[in-house]
Amino acid sequence: MAERLKAHAWKACVPSPVPWVRIPLSPRRIFSYFMKIFWKQKSVIPGFGLSLGFTLFYLSLIVLIPLAMLFVKSTTLTGPEFLEAATSPRLMAAYKLSFGASLGAASINFFCGLLVAWVLVRYDFWGKRIVDILVDLPFALPTAVAGIALTTLYAPDGLMGRLFDPLGIKTAFSPLGIVLALTFISFPFVVRTVQPVLQDLDIDMEEAAACMGAGRIKTFFYIILPALFPALTTGFALAFARALGEYGSVVFIAGNMPMRTEIVPLLIITKLEQYDTAGATAIGVVMLVCSFLLLFLINGLQGWGEKRNHDPEKL
Amino acid sequence: MSIRVENLVKSFNGFTAVDNISFLVEKGEFVTLLGPSGSGKSTVLRCIAGLETPTAGRIEVKGEDVTEVPVQNRKVGFVFQHFALFRHLSVIDNIAFGLKVRGVKTGERLDRARKLLGLVGLEGLDKRMPSQLSGGQRQRVALARALAPEPELLLLDEPFGALDTRLRKELRSWLKELHHRVQLTTLLVTHDQDEAFEVSDRILVVNKGRIEQNAPPQDIFNFPATEFVAAFVGETNRIDGVVTAGEVAWGHFRFKAVHLQEGTQATVLFRPNDVYVTSYKERGGWPGTIRSLQYLGATELLDIEMEPGQHVIAHIPTGVAGLSGFTKGKTVYVMVTAAHVFEKK
Amino acid sequence: MIRKNFNIFPTSLYPSVVSERKEIRLILTFLALGIVFFVLILPLLTVFAGAFNEGFVRYIQSLFTPENLSAIRLTLTVAAISIPLNVIFGISAAWAIAKFEFFGKRFLISLIDLPFSVSPVVSGLVFVLLFGSQGLLGSFLNAHDIKIIFAVPGIVITTVFVTFPFVARELIPLMQAQGNEEEEASLTLGASGWQTFFLVTLPNIRWGMLYGVILLNARAMGEFGAVSVVSGHIQGLTTTMPLQVEILYNEYNFIGAFSVASLLGLLALATLVLKALVEWKTHSK
Repeated sequence: MAERLKAHAWKACVPSPVPWVRIPLSPRRIFSYFMKIFWKQKSVIPGFGLSLGFTLFYLSLIVLIPLAMLFVKSTTLTGPEFLEAATSPRLMAAYKLSFGASLGAASINFFCGLLVAWVLVRYDFWGKRIVDILVDLPFALPTAVAGIALTTLYAPDGLMGRLFDPLGIKTAFSPLGIVLALTFISFPFVVRTVQPVLQDLDIDMEEAAACMGAGRIKTFFYIILPALFPALTTGFALAFARALGEYGSVVFIAGNMPMRTEIVPLLIITKLEQYDTAGATAIGVVMLVCSFLLLFLINGLQGWGEKRNHDPEKL
Repeated sequence: MSIRVENLVKSFNGFTAVDNISFLVEKGEFVTLLGPSGSGKSTVLRCIAGLETPTAGRIEVKGEDVTEVPVQNRKVGFVFQHFALFRHLSVIDNIAFGLKVRGVKTGERLDRARKLLGLVGLEGLDKRMPSQLSGGQRQRVALARALAPEPELLLLDEPFGALDTRLRKELRSWLKELHHRVQLTTLLVTHDQDEAFEVSDRILVVNKGRIEQNAPPQDIFNFPATEFVAAFVGETNRIDGVVTAGEVAWGHFRFKAVHLQEGTQATVLFRPNDVYVTSYKERGGWPGTIRSLQYLGATELLDIEMEPGQHVIAHIPTGVAGLSGFTKGKTVYVMVTAAHVFEKK
Repeated sequence: MIRKNFNIFPTSLYPSVVSERKEIRLILTFLALGIVFFVLILPLLTVFAGAFNEGFVRYIQSLFTPENLSAIRLTLTVAAISIPLNVIFGISAAWAIAKFEFFGKRFLISLIDLPFSVSPVVSGLVFVLLFGSQGLLGSFLNAHDIKIIFAVPGIVITTVFVTFPFVARELIPLMQAQGNEEEEASLTLGASGWQTFFLVTLPNIRWGMLYGVILLNARAMGEFGAVSVVSGHIQGLTTTMPLQVEILYNEYNFIGAFSVASLLGLLALATLVLKALVEWKTHSK
């Protein structure tokens, strides 16, 4: 009797579209229901359940649950508490610095990246292949290594610092140094987004412009630049996003003076070192939300670029 | 090895690709599923191979129900349209793959693969990679690979679709010969009627997921069962009319339509090579004016205007046109030797 | 690539109508080379110059200290754990996404890329929130005397997080482009699902996988921000190579810092060369 009850209890019921028919909720039914929703078409290729199951499990375990923790933890703070933690004067200065320096670095890369991509695609010169390979160096070189190298280079007694020091320009341990470090670590983005688009650009358009009497400068500004614009802005946004979250290379060169050269990620670490987990969480939430917004922006930009590149009739 | 397909239905997300198809293929037969692209013919083949699970219906091979048997255990040879050769394996390893996964020992497996390579006429190419082969060679490797596990049933999905015209012709006569030599039951899917006519013992014309006609090639061409078959297989002249007194009338022509009821809207189809053209007035001949002549190689195409706006297309042997003095603007007399009358849809 | 003639002066790869004058080409190329030199090459040279500042003997002496060796060991361990985990995940995700149609596929792809858009420090922070003493599982872990934060497991899991998408994002587009035909062919020839995977799919994706692993390895060995949050900086126990660089640098042991950094610099160079080789290999096919 007890067993029968148990079996009965197992078959909990799900609401059905027809009220007088109750659909028993057996594991098999749940499985087939799941399949109907998620699996649009049955395939002979095996392993759908295993691969998707493992993927979702691992994704949740490593990425989703930990990231969700940030929001779970932030709910322990009341609204005013959160606001206070996320907008203290020291933090406001850091926001300003982080956004400003990232914007500066992304802007520098906007122009430098375009120039490097242009030269790599359009011209042929000795050592081009090596330059092309080296562009990815900031992705491969650990940020801490970049940090100490740049600091040594731009310190007042460093190779580059010595050049700027007499002019009264302080590079290392100033916002300028932060911009330099961020320029280094976000260097490849614009080059690598512009390069393929420039490569695929139809030279017919340029030839047509030349036939109509446009010089190279006019052709560049009226024909080439508009075609590259989606890629350039995507690269800019990617560089900006990367620079905003950067920590390793900046801590060495920044000098980390409160209110002057502290970046936002550094403040998270400072809060953690003071065992102010709640404060760190508040800053973390702000940064994560910024990352998500940038991610949406970048996805939008990439969609825009793809549309323009794959639909010549719309150009 | 016979195949019986019964009431096969396959739908994808609400779209019915195969709509209740049944047919039988006898042991040793070469049968072709002929139809336009998107007609569902490939889906039928993939269902028989086990690459698709039918929505309804059953498939029997050698009298055994295999509808639920997984693809690995069906033991069919399948040749894909784009060959699907394993690009990381050499020619010989590609052919030996089916033996390897069945646990045949290396020596024996390579021997058998080499024999097959000889059979398809590619001796000495065993170490090549698929990327180093021409289209026709890839096709042959794909065939050898499908034959390696010694299937009794060979399924070919548009096997010549990716090749140029000359190569197709060469390969299909070779395929026909191979079919007899290896004693296979072969099922071919194609949209190319020439291919179907040349190689098949029997043709199933498929349209919109249904079988329009199941008959030997001659009957498909000479006695099309439906308007679709008549129009799809070869060129046709098409006339619409109403059945009166067991006939459809068009100008001087009277097409017999005893199989249709009085007053039915009917469509008459007749082939350009069933049009008889002379420069002399003969009994039953309908005068018309030649509007254009087009040289097609062995035949010439005449566009004859019978009445303003009403044209008949005729194919006549090239020499005849010259001898009879057919030129543009000349009045000729036209007769139709064979026609097919269908109820209008 | 072998070129017939080496061009000292930059030549245009485009017809003369749509290319710039020689002088402009020269100026633009030198500007670009200047940027590459000052932004990329100079910092790299500084690393090696710093390491060999006081000669080779000092370099070797400051490199092979017990602390450095244990940092190297830990870095290798962390990479050795994160590579297989994320490779298995990458293959599994690519298989599910490329071979089947299911609801929410695009959303899943963007979720997989998520760790790349999160700041390293935030990546470290979330694991402190999960496993730290004030974290969700903190009291449970304390009670059972399991240490994750400020210990090796924390470093490993954080590294797995930051290197999560590398293999998957290489394999998904690759397998989507390759389609299902070869797998279907293998199945009709009698191969089982696993045989098909090992004999057909895996060999076809091996270069893409290697490419992902090269990038993953560079990031796993070089990650600083995220690992810095969870490590606790206990020398000889929980410092990876980049953290060791920081410690030595902050102790004003510049030779030591740069000698460890030089190893990471070599790793970066090796990564770039291998990456270029794999790119060349897959493009030439």
